[in-house]
Amino acid sequence: MATITQPKPETAGNVLTNDEILRYSRHLIMPEVGMEGQQKLKAAKVLCIGAGGLGSPLALYLGAAGVGTLGIVDFDVVDYTNLQRQIIHTTADVGRKKLDSAAEKLKAINPFLNIRKFETRLSSENALELFREFDIVADGTDNFPTRYLVNDACVLTGKPNVYGSIFRFEGQASVFATEQGPCYRCLYPEPPPPGLVPSCAEGGVLGILPGLVGVIQATEVIKLIIGQGDPLIGRLLLIDALGMKFRELKLRKHPDCPACGQHRIITKLIDYEQFCGIRGEEKPVEAKVPEMQVEELKRRLDAGDDIFVLDVREPHEYQICNIGGYLIPLGDLPKRVSELDSSREIVAHCKMGGRSAKAVEFLRQAGFKKVHNLTGGIAAWSDRVDPKIPKY
Amino acid sequence: MTKIHIPTPLRQYAGKQPTVDVQAGSVGDALSGLVSQHPELRRHLYTDDGKLRAFVNVYLNDEDVRYLQREATAVKDGDNISIVPSIAGGADPMIRLAAPMLACRCCCR
Repeated sequence: MATITQPKPETAGNVLTNDEILRYSRHLIMPEVGMEGQQKLKAAKVLCIGAGGLGSPLALYLGAAGVGTLGIVDFDVVDYTNLQRQIIHTTADVGRKKLDSAAEKLKAINPFLNIRKFETRLSSENALELFREFDIVADGTDNFPTRYLVNDACVLTGKPNVYGSIFRFEGQASVFATEQGPCYRCLYPEPPPPGLVPSCAEGGVLGILPGLVGVIQATEVIKLIIGQGDPLIGRLLLIDALGMKFRELKLRKHPDCPACGQHRIITKLIDYEQFCGIRGEEKPVEAKVPEMQVEELKRRLDAGDDIFVLDVREPHEYQICNIGGYLIPLGDLPKRVSELDSSREIVAHCKMGGRSAKAVEFLRQAGFKKVHNLTGGIAAWSDRVDPKIPKY
Repeated sequence: MTKIHIPTPLRQYAGKQPTVDVQAGSVGDALSGLVSQHPELRRHLYTDDGKLRAFVNVYLNDEDVRYLQREATAVKDGDNISIVPSIAGGADPMIRLAAPMLACRCCCR
């Protein structure tokens, strides 16, 4: 059974009122929870990093369950495209701070909650102090620098890190940074080397997936608080939503782990952007390639100029909308470059201009001299040339 | 036969299959068999000098092969090998592979 520093349930502040007893009756009548367990929940302080895909179901269920203090860290605003999966936010919240939207819904579900809002970007400057005020951290962030930051800060402050991550239709869940268990660095000592993402356009995520994984995270948080069941310490749960298969891999605490091993070399938080960025994100190349604005392309096509429009998006994006370009997905370009005529003027576009900039750079290196990137991509075309083209 | 589970970010290099069957006596042989069948995978799994990439973990059944005999770990019929890269979730596919090929910095969410 996990040993975490269990919140002390007996102080006056954690005694349940009659209203709370009625509210949580379905917990109280189970021996696995009971009054003692519910008081532990009330005494507990959990920090949720992010009020987005994973954070939504996580916070909702922890709030409903009666976790006494919920801290939420988020500096973002609700976007229309979030609504497909970030179920704590509604259409009326678009444009609003996610923190405000989330806190409002949580209070509506459970007025007994103490909600602490942190409208900040988690950083090496604030993480340690923040984590010290909570018992458990639930990490549902979506980038490597923050993953490593959260991990290291959890190890340094001795707080368990309930981890969840998702990609398209697959997820992972585990509990890191307990005394006896591994931390994230035991599994992945370093972030992957410099940024060649296989297929950005194959991003996207099944809306329900963060729901599945976020509730697994909430489950693990509750189990740690009440000290029941077998938490995912030393276990990596792999979730395949399409196959509806759950597999489990063993995770070991690595004896030489720089963060939690026998000879720890990580004694303070570092610059995680640099840590991941030395081997991390590629710098955008748009500044280095010849650009063309959408208005100019429109004008020249209307004038009958011989311009070859190359669309480097994926086929399913082409189906959503297109401007009649010749489709060669970016990943296929190296092997299909012979389909292009280097004597013609080529304008490459993608959705927003990032992928097509790479395509232009590739083509220039391959000897194409008359090639431009369409700045802003089909999104800019929709904004400024033809609003009938949908945004996605 | 040994079944190799291909993680989502790499399926496009394995003919979009979630699993690939290989005949092998060791984990190393199984992975070699995999990249013979799907050469595009090689650069994603191995560095230029033929080492398994550090951020790609390989499991035989449920054990990390780093704690067994790494690529020398013996496999038998019916075993499952899982390739588990780090993912950081969200809309970005956060597996990054130092292969000299085109890819896109996510401009689209």
